Parts: sequence; C-alpha cells; structure tokens
Amino acid sequence: MAMLEVRNLNVFFGVIQAIRDVSFDVNQGEVVALIGANGAGKTTTLHTITGLLSAESGTITLDGKDITKTPAHKIVAMGMAHVPEGRRVFASLSVYDNLKMGAYTRKDSKEIKQSLSMVFEAFPRLQERRNQIAGTLSGGEQQMLAMGRALMSKPRILLMDEPSMGLSPLYVTEIFEIIERIKQEGTTVLLVEQNANKALSVADRAYVLETGSISMSGDAKMLMNDERVRKAYLGA
Amino acid sequence: MKFLSQLISGISLGSIYSLIALGYTMVYGIAKMLNFAHGDVIMIGAFVVYTACVTGGLSPVLGVLLAIVVCTILGVVIERLAYKPLRAAASLAVLITAIGVSYFLQNMALLVFGSDTKQFSSVVSLEPVSLANGNLVITGETIVTIVVSLIIMIALYLFVNRTKPGKAMLAVSEDKGAAQLMGINVNGMIALTFAIGSALAAIAGALLCSAYPALSPYTGAMPGIKAFVAAVFGGIGSIPGAMVGGILLGIIENLSKGYISSQLSDAIVFAVLILVLLLRPTGIMGKKINEKV
Repeated sequence: MAMLEVRNLNVFFGVIQAIRDVSFDVNQGEVVALIGANGAGKTTTLHTITGLLSAESGTITLDGKDITKTPAHKIVAMGMAHVPEGRRVFASLSVYDNLKMGAYTRKDSKEIKQSLSMVFEAFPRLQERRNQIAGTLSGGEQQMLAMGRALMSKPRILLMDEPSMGLSPLYVTEIFEIIERIKQEGTTVLLVEQNANKALSVADRAYVLETGSISMSGDAKMLMNDERVRKAYLGA
Repeated sequence: MKFLSQLISGISLGSIYSLIALGYTMVYGIAKMLNFAHGDVIMIGAFVVYTACVTGGLSPVLGVLLAIVVCTILGVVIERLAYKPLRAAASLAVLITAIGVSYFLQNMALLVFGSDTKQFSSVVSLEPVSLANGNLVITGETIVTIVVSLIIMIALYLFVNRTKPGKAMLAVSEDKGAAQLMGINVNGMIALTFAIGSALAAIAGALLCSAYPALSPYTGAMPGIKAFVAAVFGGIGSIPGAMVGGILLGIIENLSKGYISSQLSDAIVFAVLILVLLLRPTGIMGKKINEKV
C-alpha cells in the first residue's frame, strides 16, 4: 500500500472538467514529481488532495485512510502539509508568527521549539528575520518561509506547489537543495513543478499531467531521457 | 468649559460607536461581508437588559451579563442560519440577506415588545462628577462608558495580537485557504468573530440606552449605520481603525451638535465621511490593497 493513493480522480470547475480520471501513488520516503504545462491541472490535483477543492468522483487515501471528503483543516494533523503555489505567507504577521501558525494543531510546546530550531537551521535567513513582517520579505525568502511554515507541522508527507516559480536562479538552486535535504531526512514529497528539469533531477519517480490526464509516468531518470518529455518539457 | 464638556461626551458617544464598529470591521475582515443586522443586535441587547432589570428586577450587572450571553448566541445563530449557507454566494446576495435579517430582528422586537418607546433605566449607578467649581459636570454614564470601552478595546487588541486564536483570526482574514492548510477551522473562526462582535454589541446597547434612555425596536438602526460609517472612516477591516473612527465620529457629532446645529449634526457626520473617502479611499487606517499578480 502506498502512503498516498489517488484513484480515478475527477474534478470539475462548474461544467469544465479540470482533472480526468487521474490515478497515482506516492510511496513512503519517495520524492514524486508531477510535471506538466500551465493549466494541465497540477495545482488542482494538489488542492483536491488537501481538501481545498472537492472531487466529483474518485478516492484519495492517506495511509489507507480515505481522505477524499476530509475538510482541509483536518488534513495537516494527519501528517500531510501543503506549501501552496505563490507561497501565500500571512503577509501582516511576523516570520515567527507565520512559523507558529504552521504548528497550529500541535500541542507539544517542547517539540514545537525543536521544530523551530530545525527550521531555523535549514533556513538561517528566517532566523535573522524572525521579527520582520512576512510581507516585506523577498520572493525567495517568502518561499523559504512557506516551506518552513509547512515543516513546522512535522509532516510525514509534504506537498509542494511550484516552489521555484518567480525566483532568481540562485534561489531556485537553494530551494532544490532544501528539497533534497527534506528527502534525506525521510519526509515523503509530492512536488509539482513547471521547471521539469529541476523536478526530475530531485525526484525518484514522476507523472506527466496533460490537460487534466496523466499521459506518462515512470522513473524520473528514465523520463528525463525520454524523447517526448525532452521535447515538450525540457526544451531540448 | 462648554468645549471640554462637549468633547468628553463626544468621546463617550464615540466609544459606543467604536464598540459597535469593531463588530462590523472584524466580521468584514474575516468573512468579507457587511453585516447590516449588527445594529439590531444592539437593540436586542438593550431589550434583554430592559426586560431583565425593569420587568424582571435583576441587578444591572446581571442584566448586562444576560444580554451578552443572549446576543452572543444570537450572533452565532444568525451567522449559522443566514450567512453560512451563502459562503460561496455573490456578495450582493449576502448583503441583501443581512438587510433581511435586520428587518427580521426589528419586526420580531415589534411583535414581542410593541412599537411604543420604553423608558430605559440606566445600568450605571455612579454619581456625576463635578469639576472646576461645578462648571464641568461629567455624568456617571460618560465615565463608565469611556472606562469600559477602553478596557474592552485594550483586551481585544491583546487578544488579537498576542494570543494563538487571535493570530489565527488574522491569518483567516488574510487568506482562508492558507489558514485551512495550517489546520485552522475557518468556519469556527468566523463563528468566534460573530460571537465577539455580538457580545460587544450587547455591551454597546446597554451603554447607549443608559446615556440616551429611549428604547424602541428601531433604536439600533441609526447607531448601527453610524458605527458602520465609523468603521469605513477608520478603514474597514482594521481593528485600530474602528476604535479611532468611532471616537472621532462621536467627537465630530457632538461638537456639531454643540456649535453648529443639532439638526445638521448627522448631515455633518456623513459629509465628513464623504470627504475622508474622497481624500483617503481606504479610510484613516485602512490598508492599501496590494493586488499581487
């Protein structure tokens, strides 16, 4: 049994079908990438998994438990955190308060402190700016904050939506180094990216989403060398 | 002395507007809706105090506590029955519903209490304070209103900015989706906001009718609209804005009454609002909306 199983998922926006019969697995300890063009349904898929959107049909299970109809605010306590597209940090709160929000459902204040020092170790810049208002951070720093905030829930599986979007190349490299590190610490990752090159280099396996359906899947290294993938997504 | 006296009673009236405006602004901040039934919750609160104290013979403190409980429940029930089903609806539908709830509450009060104006007995038993050889007399109601409002505003400010549920409230008002991903129950936070706003409305109702002791089913309408003006004046969605806006509005209203014309005072209040909005469309302390692309 995979940690996260998505089976025959269908999602509609009004009459328009955004996700068509999508099925995939994420196993414990894996980094799985979901790649595809703009509008392919990557973000919709993640939003449906964490309950921000509801599915028309299909099932989503986490550790064998059906979470298809679980409300969004109950998901994080089940061990799944979601770093949304566009970072969506709480702009009027301080860096520190944003991180505390990440641990909202946790009650163990000692362990929360431990998580906080781990996040500060991974993102030293956040520690330097812990009292700064989040809205005044740069895009790259906000991405770090969004990731740090999600890690504060001590997730077993982390969903990341376009973490490299709109960032300078330097920050992109840094963000992917951190994803590598999260993977090494044993956290399972489902990564949505338009930057297919970077995503495939950090992922174990990948699925290609095309206009709402999965068109290809397999080993990340294999997909990287696939002629069709190279042409469509890697600019080769 | 006349100026000082008008100023102090203006601050007192303004504090009541602030308490009401806080309900408007907090609900707007978190649910992005204008709850036009809020003014009528004040009236219900005052009727509870009236019934408990004048008819039932309860002590004023118990009467006010009862009104807080009744209004808190009422606010949560209104939200649950009238507004929650419209969470995904167009904002115009919600606005019309709120106006409907306002008429519903007024007519319920008409049915239960009748249309005649009741003589409210003050919940304040503090003696007037005489200063400057009796040239400046401050009523007990004025003192209690200012002190109680000040304590509530400080408490609310600390709650929102220093406590976990308060910060969660700020998070929800900024981004409901991201707040849910943190594990915050957005519906619960909206209900909590309505509860707090309605509790403040109950207190405002008791203080308002103590200072101006005529109570009818329409008592809440005008202060409700003025408090809404105060919230917009201060910057809708901003808690300090509602506090400052309410007090400024009370001062402007009272000084207009004292020095220009008591008939024109409402017109002056609304003219000032129009002027402020022309110069600063987001209100005194309103946040600029940064649309991110």
